Formats: sequence, C-alpha cells, structure tokens
Amino acid sequence: MKAAALPFFPSPRRLPAIDPWRALPWLFAGMVLAPVAVVASAFFTPAGDVWRHLAQTTLTETLLNTLWLALGVGTGATLIGTGLAWLTACCEFPGRRFFSWALLLPLAVPAYVTAFVAVGLLDYAGPVQTALRGWLGGPLGWFPAIRGRGGAIAVMTLALYPYVYILARNAFLTQGRRALEAAQTLGLSRTQGFFRVALPLARPWIAAGAMLALMETLADFGTVSVFNVDTLTTAIYKAWFALFSLPAAAQMASLLVLVAFAALLAEQQSRSRMRYGDTRPGPGLGRIPLTGARRWLALGFALTVWSAGFLIPVAKLTAWAATVWARDLDRRYLDFVWHSVLLSALAAGLTVTAGLLVAYASRRHGDLLTRAAVRLATMGYALPGAVLAVGIVIPLAWLDRHLSEVAQHFLQARPGLLIQGTLAAMLVAYVCRFLAVAHGPVDSAMQRITPNLDAAATTLGLSGGAVLARVHLPMLRGGLLTGAVLVFVDVMKEMPITLMTRPFGWDTLAIRIFEMTSEGEWERAALPALALVLVGLLPIAHLIRRTEA
Amino acid sequence: MNTLLELQNVGFAYAGRTVLEGLSFRLERGRVGCLLGPSGCGKTTALRLIAGFEPVMAGEIRIGGQVVSGPAVHLPAERRRVGMVFQDYALFPHLSVADNVGFGLRRLDRAIRRRRVAELLEVVGLAGLPEKFPHELSGGQQQRVALARALAPRPELLLLDEPFSNLDVDLKERLGREVRDILKQQNATAVLVTHDQREAFAIADEVGILHGGRLLQWDTPYNLYHRPADRFVADFIGEGVLLPGAVLNSHTVQIELGALEGEVPHECLQGCAACGRGCHVEVLLRPDDVIHDDASPLLAEVAAKAFRGAEILYTLKLPSGATALSLVPSHHNHAIGEKIGIRLEADHMVAFRAPSEHHAPNF
Repeated sequence: MKAAALPFFPSPRRLPAIDPWRALPWLFAGMVLAPVAVVASAFFTPAGDVWRHLAQTTLTETLLNTLWLALGVGTGATLIGTGLAWLTACCEFPGRRFFSWALLLPLAVPAYVTAFVAVGLLDYAGPVQTALRGWLGGPLGWFPAIRGRGGAIAVMTLALYPYVYILARNAFLTQGRRALEAAQTLGLSRTQGFFRVALPLARPWIAAGAMLALMETLADFGTVSVFNVDTLTTAIYKAWFALFSLPAAAQMASLLVLVAFAALLAEQQSRSRMRYGDTRPGPGLGRIPLTGARRWLALGFALTVWSAGFLIPVAKLTAWAATVWARDLDRRYLDFVWHSVLLSALAAGLTVTAGLLVAYASRRHGDLLTRAAVRLATMGYALPGAVLAVGIVIPLAWLDRHLSEVAQHFLQARPGLLIQGTLAAMLVAYVCRFLAVAHGPVDSAMQRITPNLDAAATTLGLSGGAVLARVHLPMLRGGLLTGAVLVFVDVMKEMPITLMTRPFGWDTLAIRIFEMTSEGEWERAALPALALVLVGLLPIAHLIRRTEA
Repeated sequence: MNTLLELQNVGFAYAGRTVLEGLSFRLERGRVGCLLGPSGCGKTTALRLIAGFEPVMAGEIRIGGQVVSGPAVHLPAERRRVGMVFQDYALFPHLSVADNVGFGLRRLDRAIRRRRVAELLEVVGLAGLPEKFPHELSGGQQQRVALARALAPRPELLLLDEPFSNLDVDLKERLGREVRDILKQQNATAVLVTHDQREAFAIADEVGILHGGRLLQWDTPYNLYHRPADRFVADFIGEGVLLPGAVLNSHTVQIELGALEGEVPHECLQGCAACGRGCHVEVLLRPDDVIHDDASPLLAEVAAKAFRGAEILYTLKLPSGATALSLVPSHHNHAIGEKIGIRLEADHMVAFRAPSEHHAPNF
C-alpha cells in the first residue's frame, strides 16, 4: 500500500484558538447561572410598596407553608418509600411481585392531578363526604379539611415517594449482601440486620431520593394551587400576574433559590456518598417470609399506597373523562394536545442535543474546569420552574427594551417585544431545568464508548466521521432516546414555566388543567389529565422493564 | 532480509516525563515479537506508537520499509494496515460477533465479506456463534472474536496489548498456544506486549525486555534465560541468585560451590589480565545449575522449600551465609533445617561485573 505521509505538525503554526469543546459546557453553565444571578441580585434591591405589602401580610404564612410542606413531604416520602422498598426487596408477602413494579406507577400521575382528584372526591361537596353525611345524618365536624397543608402534604407524598422507593430498593437489592450475611453469622436476626446494617448502608440512597422529592416539593406549583396553600412558587406567580410586580416576584424567587440551594447541597452530599460495593448478582439472601397478620399488613400497606397514588386517581379521571369527553373533545382540545406535543418535542430535541454536546465535551476534556462546568450546567433541575421563569424573563425584558430603543432610534419604528413571550424564552428555560434529565442517560451511554473502542475502529480503517456514524451513534441511540422521552414527558407535565412564559394563546394540556382546576371544574380537567398520565406511563414502563428485567 | 517492522531510536515523553528512550528493534515478516517488562516500563506506549495513536517524539518507525512515524511524519492509524487486539478486547457492544469480525471489511463485496468472516470464525473456533452479541460470550470467546476481528482485514502487522491478562491461568496457557498456532497459520507478523514471561515465551519468537523506557535486550527466549545481557534481565527472567565470584583467569571464575568455565565480563578481562586473580564478579546461578547429590561433600542447609509437583524448589543456605536455589526431583523430600549435599552442574557461565561496593568473597 502506498499512502502519502502526512506532516504531523502544520508548518505555519496557528495561534491557539479557544477550543469549542472547552467553551461549550461553560455556555450551558452560564445558562443556569444567569437566572440565579438575576434572581439573587433582586434580593438586595428593594421592590418598594408591593414587597412591603407582601412582607406585612402574607409572607410569614407563605414561608411557613413552604417549610412545612418540604418537611412533611420529605418525611412522608422517606418513610413510605423506604418501608415499601424493604418490603418488596427483602420480604415475601402476597402480591409482592406485582407491587415491586406497580409501586412505581404513581410517578406517571402528576401531583397536581392527584391533587384535584383528591379534592374532587373528599371535599365538602364531594361524593365521600356527601355519602357519609347521608349515612350518619348531620354535619361531619371531625372530617379533616382537605384543602390545606395536610392535604397537600398527603397528596405530594403519594406522588413523590417513588423517588425514595426506587433508590432505596436498588440499595437494598445490591448493597451489602455480604455485610448482612456477616451480621447473621454474628447472631443478628434479619429484622435486626435491617436496622443495624441494611438501613445504615442504604442511607445515602434514601437521602438522595428524599432530597429529590423535597426539590420537587419546593418546585411544585400546581398542587399547592389546587389546595389553595400559598407557597413561594404561587407567591411568585401572584406577585407577577396579580400585583404586576416582576421585581417583587424576583424577590420571592430569591428566597426560594436559597431554600432550593440548601436542598441541592444536601442532595449532592448524599450522592457523593453513594458507593457501589458488591453489586454482583449471585446467590443472594432469600427473602424473609412474613407470617400471620404481618403478611396481610404488608399487603394492606402496599395496596393502600398504590390505590391512593395510582388506581383511584386514574379510575376517577377515567370516570370523569367519560362524562365530559363528548362535550370537551373538540377543536380546542386538539390545539392543547398539539401545543403540548410540539413544545415537548422541541424541548426534548434541544435538551438532548445540549446533553449530547456536554457529554462529548466532558469525554474530550476530563479536566477540573470542564467537570465543574458540566456539574453547574446540570444543576438546573434544582431550580424551581417559577424561579427560572422570573430569572429568564427579567433579562429578556431588559434586552427587549433596549432592542426596541435601538430600533426606534434607527428605524423610527417600535417593534414591540421581540423575544419575550416567544417560544424561545420558554425553550431556554426548559433546557436549563431539564438538561440533567437528558444528560444522565446520554452520558452513561457515552461512558460505554471506551477510548479503546475508538482505537479499535481506527485500526480497522475508520476515521473521524465514520467512527461517529458506525460506532458512536449506534451506541448512543438508546441513551438519546431515553433522554428525549424523559424530557418530553417532563415538559408536558411542566406547569409554572409554561404558565408564566408562554406566548399569548399558547395553552397546553397542563395549562388547561390549571385553568379548569382554578375554577373548580374537576370533571373538565380530567380529559387533559388523563392524556398526561398516559404519556407519563411511557418512561415509567421503560423504567420498570429495565429494573425488573 | 525481509524486515517488516523497524524501530530506530524511538523516544516518547508524556507530561514532561520520559516514557521511552532510544527504542530500536526490527522484526522480520512472519515472526512474532514481544515487549516484556513490568508495569509502567513503557511497553504499551511503544505499541500505541507503532499503531499510530501517538506521534513519536524522536526516531522513526518503518512498516514494510515505509516511514510511518518520524520527526515530520505521522501516518494516521487508520491508514497503517495495522491490526490490534486490546487488553479489554474493545468489542463493539452493539454489533454481533459476525458484524464485529466484518467491521474492517466494509469495502469488500458482501459475499466475500461473509466468506472471510466465516473463515476467521472457523479459525478461532467460534464457527457456531456468529449471531451472538459480545456480552453473551465468555472472556475467552470475546478474546477470540477480538483476534478474528483484527486479523480479518489481513493487516501487515498485528499488535496485541496484554491480550491474556483478563483470563484465568488455565485458559491463558491454552489460548496462548492457540493464538501462536493461529498467527503462524495466517503467517502474521505480530508484536505482543505483556508483563508475563510465560506468556511471552509461549507465543513469541523474539522477546525484548523493557525497563524504565529502555530496551535492555532483544533476543530469543532461550538466550534471555541462559545468556542475559544485563543484571535486570537476569533477575527478571526466570529464577536464580547472583553469587559473588573471583576471576581466576580469562575463562574461569571461582565461586563458593566450585569453579565455572565461561565468558568473563569484558571489563574484568582488561583489568584482570595483569593480576590474573582477585577480580570480583557476580555469577548467575539458576535452580537447575545446582544439583542435589547425597555423595557430595558440599553441604547446604534447607532454608525454605516450595513443592511444585514433580520437583521441589529448595532455598539453600550456603556455609558462607549466601543463598542458592536448587530444583530437586520431589521424591527427595527434606525438612527445613536439614543439611543436604549439593553439587554444581552448569554447562556455561553468566557473570556480571560486581557492583563497586561489593567486597571480596569470603571462602
């Protein structure tokens, strides 16, 4: 073979240019940091009368609500998630196999959907209280008010415990089997072993799951709106759209950022302590057979959580949808679906592309600076949507104003708002918030492409582009698809960003639910909610297939 | 002479640290060479330079007479017609066994490609598994697929990076012999890199000992064992001890166990010609150079023993306190502390100039 030898160094050496692969992660890190900086700077700039008014009237209540919710849901999700994880991973009771995967299904039902079903069922005028009043004759003074902190905590716990469940179960199945065996040889019963060995070993996993649930709680907007519980997220919305004070909204957002940041630190801390020890599948410990009343208690517990978190909401939604579909399934409904799908697909495409670029950048450069940038860029999931909305709209408004002035100066025309209220602002916010969701699966697919695979392809005669097409893309396809589906579903369920930054008339399924539930029309919210649940089942089914295979 | 691969004074440094220096050797077509050395000696780097994954910083590499790496030349890896078997096999997880093997044959006609893949799977003994995926195979099978994949495009040169290090001992030996047979049958020219001398000796025709980025000796396995050119090589290859000796004349050295005939180090000859006696050297004694003989008046104390089935390797304490090794048929079972008769029986001598701090042997 005769091949021309290539000069290795190009003879006129070029000036060192900025490597785009180094700059890229910082671009995305900037996209996450900028809104935080904008919002944080609002903390120090007084917003005048509106803020004073808020501080004097509702601020204390708002903060207390936020803290109680975080505390309540954090504790509830941890107890229920860990308990169910232990039962399905290490005990044997009737229905265990079914519940192992079925207990993940509540993840497909957005908390605000469970919320309005709960209110519809259990409120004063709902069927449960009405029936009870009929039987007992007279008012039910003892029945707890469903619209309040307690109700919100209960519903969000039911919607968010799967975060703890899935991580804790994984830990119980894979971690410290040898340690548990050692504990048995040292005379501990299996139950003692749970408290003294398995639980301490699983603590980082449980804590990480609890922190995810807590972040979702802090970010929640839809559920607390249904329950009329004012938290920082609804306060941001009201300051902006009821009191028309974007600065006051930013100030609220800065408080929320502070709380979310604390949660993020705690989560990162516990993640860094997750060490994968002995994960070999092998002749592991047999499950503890529960006997007598305990097996029925276990079954009852799992059944109650599953019914309340999945079966009853879905059944009720179906029933409601059946009564209204003939009236509601019209042209407008199809518009909601179309807007939701288009927006989610655009966001999924953009976010996965961003995730891919970031993953490639960290594959090319493993240095500290790049890793720091990647970490920052993927921290947007901790930022509540309401904060991102404010943090992105403020700089865009500023930009619009200046563009408008420039246009007036040069063109003698007023173009109005160029960027604000366009899809672009929304999409930027989605990419910030969901980059981590897309980056995760893409990056773990990327990890499987070892440097030796590239080298092998090269020695077999492939160069750059061909390696990408024949090795990288086929190996990344699964990760890209998973990332896209996850973002698609998340954006479809997303409420605060969509609500606050959507272009006029751009109503989605989630917005339709918000509007119907604000008016107490539960039945009419059922049809879009059912659509969201069905779409939400997609990634859950994938997750179940992967974890139960 | 039909030289396929030639390295001349090849040097490489990474992050300011010299990894390879003055590496030179040549390999003829159809021969299997091996770079052997402890971890961190630069052997994998040498392989990556030959493959073309890194540019050389000094010297040049020629394949089939063509300079592929040099001060101003770097032919990219994909154009060198060099095949490589990686330590972790680097099989493409998304492709079946057949597609992995056929990966480098995409320019060929479909039917020809299929025939070549089938032929190679036959050669490596995996004819029944073309539809399997890498994760469904055992370690040994994956390694065969990697070998078949590298051989498929008929590379001029095959490189093997620690190809057996992930396999257990039994499989390692069997596969090692098989790989040698396959390489010979395919008339492949190959360079292997390993830290395991048994692997090197089982597969290679010529072996280079690499230490600290320098090539100490490039020779046949027989010569490396029996005629090590360097103290490190003597120590690294096989078992043995260095015993102090005194040069009697230009071809005789006296050690504690007797006199040995052979080549005396060059430097000694120059200085010692005048005195004829008293120059100090160190002599390499292999365990098979020391024979157990009950009739021998020379006694040594058993300090340790290692049972090896057919033989026992005794570590002996000589009267002077020095240590020697002796390989003895295992029915001569002696207890630790026992004194046994030994005799010197070496047909040649390997002697090195004694280190400067060395003192006169006291016998």
